[in-house]
Amino acid sequence: MQTTPAHPAKPPAAPTASKADDEKAVALRINGRPYSFDGDDTMPLLWYLRDVLRLTGTKFGCGIGACGACTVLVDGKAQRACLMPMKALAKREVTTIEGLANGELHPVQQAWIEIDVPQCGYCQAGQIIAAADLLKRTPNPNDDDIGRISNLCRCGTYPRIRKAIKRAAEITKERAAHEGGKS
Amino acid sequence: MSKDKTIANPSRRRFLVVGAAASGALIVGWRAASAQATLPYLGARIEPASLGAFVRIEKTGEAIIGARGCEIGQGVKTSLPMLIAEELDVDWNRVRVEQLPYGYIDTEKGPGLKYGDQGAGGSTSIPTAWKDLRQAGAVARWLLLVAASAKLNLPAGQLHTESGNVIAPDGTKLSYGELVDAASKLDPPTEPRALKKPEEFKVVGKPTPTVDAREIVTGQTQYGIDAYLAEALVAVVARSPWIDGEIASLDDAEARKVSGVKDVVRIAGPKPGDVFDGVLVNGVAVLATSTWAALKGREKLKIEWKPGPFADESTEALRKQADELLRPANADKSIVVRRDGDVDKARKTARKTIEARYSVPFLAHATMEPPAALIHVEKDKVLLVASLQDPDGASEVINAVTGVPRAKIEIRMTRAGGGFGRRLKNDYIAEAALIAKQTDKPVKLLWTRDDDLRHDFYRPFCVFQMAASLDRKNEISAWSARCAATPRNHRDKGMKDRPLWNGTLAPDDFPAGLVPNFDLSLLPLTSGQPRGWWRAPVSNATAFAVQSFIDEVAVALKQDPLALRLKLLGEPRELPYKGHGGPVFDTGRMAAVLNAAAERISWKRKLDKDRGLGIAGHFTFGGYAAHALEVSAIDGNVVVHRSVCAIDVGHVVNPLGLEAQVIGGTIDGLSTALNLGITLKDGKVQQSNFGDYPLLRMGQAPVDVEVVIVDSGKEPSGAGEMALPSALPALTNAIYAAAQVRIRELPIGDQLRKIL
Repeated sequence: MQTTPAHPAKPPAAPTASKADDEKAVALRINGRPYSFDGDDTMPLLWYLRDVLRLTGTKFGCGIGACGACTVLVDGKAQRACLMPMKALAKREVTTIEGLANGELHPVQQAWIEIDVPQCGYCQAGQIIAAADLLKRTPNPNDDDIGRISNLCRCGTYPRIRKAIKRAAEITKERAAHEGGKS
Repeated sequence: MSKDKTIANPSRRRFLVVGAAASGALIVGWRAASAQATLPYLGARIEPASLGAFVRIEKTGEAIIGARGCEIGQGVKTSLPMLIAEELDVDWNRVRVEQLPYGYIDTEKGPGLKYGDQGAGGSTSIPTAWKDLRQAGAVARWLLLVAASAKLNLPAGQLHTESGNVIAPDGTKLSYGELVDAASKLDPPTEPRALKKPEEFKVVGKPTPTVDAREIVTGQTQYGIDAYLAEALVAVVARSPWIDGEIASLDDAEARKVSGVKDVVRIAGPKPGDVFDGVLVNGVAVLATSTWAALKGREKLKIEWKPGPFADESTEALRKQADELLRPANADKSIVVRRDGDVDKARKTARKTIEARYSVPFLAHATMEPPAALIHVEKDKVLLVASLQDPDGASEVINAVTGVPRAKIEIRMTRAGGGFGRRLKNDYIAEAALIAKQTDKPVKLLWTRDDDLRHDFYRPFCVFQMAASLDRKNEISAWSARCAATPRNHRDKGMKDRPLWNGTLAPDDFPAGLVPNFDLSLLPLTSGQPRGWWRAPVSNATAFAVQSFIDEVAVALKQDPLALRLKLLGEPRELPYKGHGGPVFDTGRMAAVLNAAAERISWKRKLDKDRGLGIAGHFTFGGYAAHALEVSAIDGNVVVHRSVCAIDVGHVVNPLGLEAQVIGGTIDGLSTALNLGITLKDGKVQQSNFGDYPLLRMGQAPVDVEVVIVDSGKEPSGAGEMALPSALPALTNAIYAAAQVRIRELPIGDQLRKIL
């Protein structure tokens, strides 16, 4: 069996923060690493993540903030990356799906696997980020809280998303109890 | 390297081949039967890469199983390898699944496919694999048994396998890894091996999570749109808003000034009226070093279009066309799809004839991942990385556009961000190839959402005039459905030899064969819009008309809608069914899913005020589904309080995957019934994004979809499409039960809010 990667070429090396002194450059942090962007600062974050950094987990779905496939955390809050120009990101902290796991999977990611949420999977990065954002604000969400997540799923995984968010809330508590037990 | 050995698989005209990889691994795969004459066979050395390898067993005992299908969210990357693992008798936990690329092979008799059918359409992946893929696992297992037999000096008949080991009567265990060396030197069996009986299954039938789940939730999965190549230029295209529209003038000076824009090229659509087998419409492509630059460049293009022959088309005009054609005076324009007995005569002697007209709009597929492709066209070879449903078709269009022989076209299918039938058309692949031909760089084509909604192959627009005659005993003596539709069979090379109604209507669908006088006919509407396969083709429109109308008949007869359906289905028996999903329609299986759905929702119970129950059932591509919904429609706001779907798709390979497909199909159906429709004005599609093509959001969807699996144990039918069609009429029937308003036109939109 031939095992060839779908990506024939390696992504370019991530730009370093060497131009951080440049007044025009936008300095930001993505998944905990510093970046400096000095291109067209009207370009939405989505295309910086995808085209430049090759962080392709953040998806393009509509370009108007309607579908949520591009949802990322900006300073800890869920935002649509397709609507956020680079110039709005100076000194801000971006977390994408690739950076959500912190050593171990985020409880939402873990729950998504347990409940087997993804069908095609394309919208799920955005759904997971939106769910992580919800759980941070509302640790025990009810169905109405969950129903306010506006990300679209064309495959109709919503019922399993609901179950997985509730499961993620449990996992968070289990982990906290475990941590508490250790100390 | 070992000898290359083959056995005939008479039913499929392919040969299983056995070999060894450089690592010493055992490989079992296929080769097209017709390739036998041209390829070195017995006694020749083989390259592992040239094998259609489904199974590779490493010396470590790890089993790597190749997934041949196009994974579009229907779960085949998990379910097809499960079939192989079952026959191989390995622990699923120790299996690694790898996506196989498209397996084109030149043979003496023409194009061959070394992995068999890799497309995703018509819910055929599982039924096809059920017949052919299990054999690959069974042969590998047989070889390991024979190798063990030699090693232990015991007849193979005394040995058995379990979880990746061959076990002797005295308990001696040999792991598959230990046997790989010897097994790969063996001659393959001369006849297909016997397959396991369902009661022996250990993998098949067990709830099995998506193999890619971890990669998906961590953002590592590569979709077609995620493929990049160094130096590739991003292309976006400004397309003619009109079918057969032409470029009157193009001024690209401003576009070329955009930083990052490298080139602007024209792409030619088909000649007016010609088949849509390549690029859909004329367009202008902007090539740039980044997506953002390409999008900005496209905005700066100044194009004047010559609108062409369909510039006056509108949904309103289509409706008028349908109304005119459906007048009795135009009965002679009908194309008969099926006719039993004499409907007119029965009507004359009927106690009463009930009529109703239903309509369904054009629908776009709106896959979450819009059409996209990465392609590198060189003088003598092509590489394509894309999300596909029909890699065979992709190979054909690339060959047609570039002239590069198909054997030199490498196609890597990625997991696809939805399919729903959109990717059965390879227009976007043709477009990418045509652009790439005009540059020496690889091209990464991207469609935006408005490109996608405005340039799709739509589900046909249909208006159904239904009539049912009731005799003096209140039996349905005649049933007729006249359908004015933009036929699916339109400018499609692959359909030109088929009847015009093919792809729009199905002659043997319910209640054909169950009423003595029956008429089904097509009245073709004229439209320029391209039409395609949309999840559960034909059924996604006809089920709404038929299952709504049977409800109206039940109301007229003051009968229970479930009881009337069951009465019509009658005794369990098989009726001939000629279309896809045949050869039979089993009335008993249909009744069983209707009963199962009714039972789960407690059909006979007394409901709260303002609540209503609706039921509907439909047979799609060999699978049987019934929906029962409980809804309210207070002030016109439809709320689905409970949704149940009972499904019989024969033997269940992965219950977890089946449940997902049923939940998804149900929600897709509800979403479509409630809000979705593509409309035309001045020849142009009016919708452009999710604002005006509003897929259902989580807060609007039912909290749960209760899935009742009815396991008939029959041959599996596949499951990607069956759970959609009956969801739509179950919803509108439930709305009628709740609010006494009959929805006859989809989408429901704000119809109820205007009335209630």
